[in-house]
Amino acid sequence: MRYIEPHAHMVSRVTDDYDAMVTAGCAAVCEPAFWAGFDRSGVQGFYDYFCQLTDFEPKRAAKYALPHFCWLCINPKESEDTVLADEVLSIIPYFLDRTNVLGIGEIGLNKNTRNEMKVLQKHIDLAAKHDQLILVHTPHLEDKLKGTKLIVDTLKADSRIKPDRVIIDHVEEHTIDLVLDAGFWAGITLYPESKVTAARAVDLIEHCGGQRIWMNCACDWGHSVPLAVPRAAIELKRRGHSAEAIDNLVFGNPQRFLSQSPRFKVSG
Amino acid sequence: MKRQQLLDLYFMDARSKLIDIAAFLDRVDRGEGDGDFRLDALKRALGELSKGEPQRAKQVLIALSDPSTDPIDKSPGKGAVGAWAGRP
Repeated sequence: MRYIEPHAHMVSRVTDDYDAMVTAGCAAVCEPAFWAGFDRSGVQGFYDYFCQLTDFEPKRAAKYALPHFCWLCINPKESEDTVLADEVLSIIPYFLDRTNVLGIGEIGLNKNTRNEMKVLQKHIDLAAKHDQLILVHTPHLEDKLKGTKLIVDTLKADSRIKPDRVIIDHVEEHTIDLVLDAGFWAGITLYPESKVTAARAVDLIEHCGGQRIWMNCACDWGHSVPLAVPRAAIELKRRGHSAEAIDNLVFGNPQRFLSQSPRFKVSG
Repeated sequence: MKRQQLLDLYFMDARSKLIDIAAFLDRVDRGEGDGDFRLDALKRALGELSKGEPQRAKQVLIALSDPSTDPIDKSPGKGAVGAWAGRP
């Protein structure tokens, strides 16, 4: 089996995870910028983090023959401080020409505040001005439905944004139709407790038909499973999906979306 | 897949999770002091299972969601708790 892991926070993971992912067939890993689990003290912390994502982490992955790509932003969990957000937004263009940068992400909302909305709009503007792909984080749990609606409306309000160049991640049963019906790609995140189990992911795929959908593990510093995508592939097999259909979901679909960036190259 | 095949695949898992929920409610009942809105929200969401309507998972998620539409003025914190506190 071959697969692409389109959303994993590898800076938080150990080398055994790289080894296991490659052994399971991972052909490329993509790492959106995210919250470190604590608030960074200033813009310099983000500068160092972006250097890590664009320099050190690709080298770490390369030791396992795994191509590493990344996305840049200030995560919505730190977007309440608009002064800091503006400072971080101002340094992102400096990194956009790095060879493993795919776009702006994971931007979005966390608690659906007015400041988060302002910072989301600034990220969308940045992406539009630099012709970047967009990866969107939707809020957790009780905030997801409202946040997804706000995000979809905000993206649709900007005529420069082409929906097929945007993936809205962490969809569940109550949000996936909102995303797909508006023309965006949808990401299904496989988590042990929150978000979606492998069985539910297969339900969603069967419900929606498997077009413009990818699955990811979003492994980070919390309880999460780096091998969640290949395990979901096994679930698809148990449910009677063909090898060709599974390959299309775990390799073909993310390849199609990510290849809209000329920097994304992967060998199958 | 055939309904029988799905039962063969998932019945034991669903049975286990159902008993876990029952045991959780018993455990909370045995606890002392007051609970909070999450218990009522969970019980209300459980009601979606017995309606016999399709898309139960979607309806459970909606039952636990914030139904408001406007952005809020200030973040109350970073985390989410799994149920909306504002429901009367």
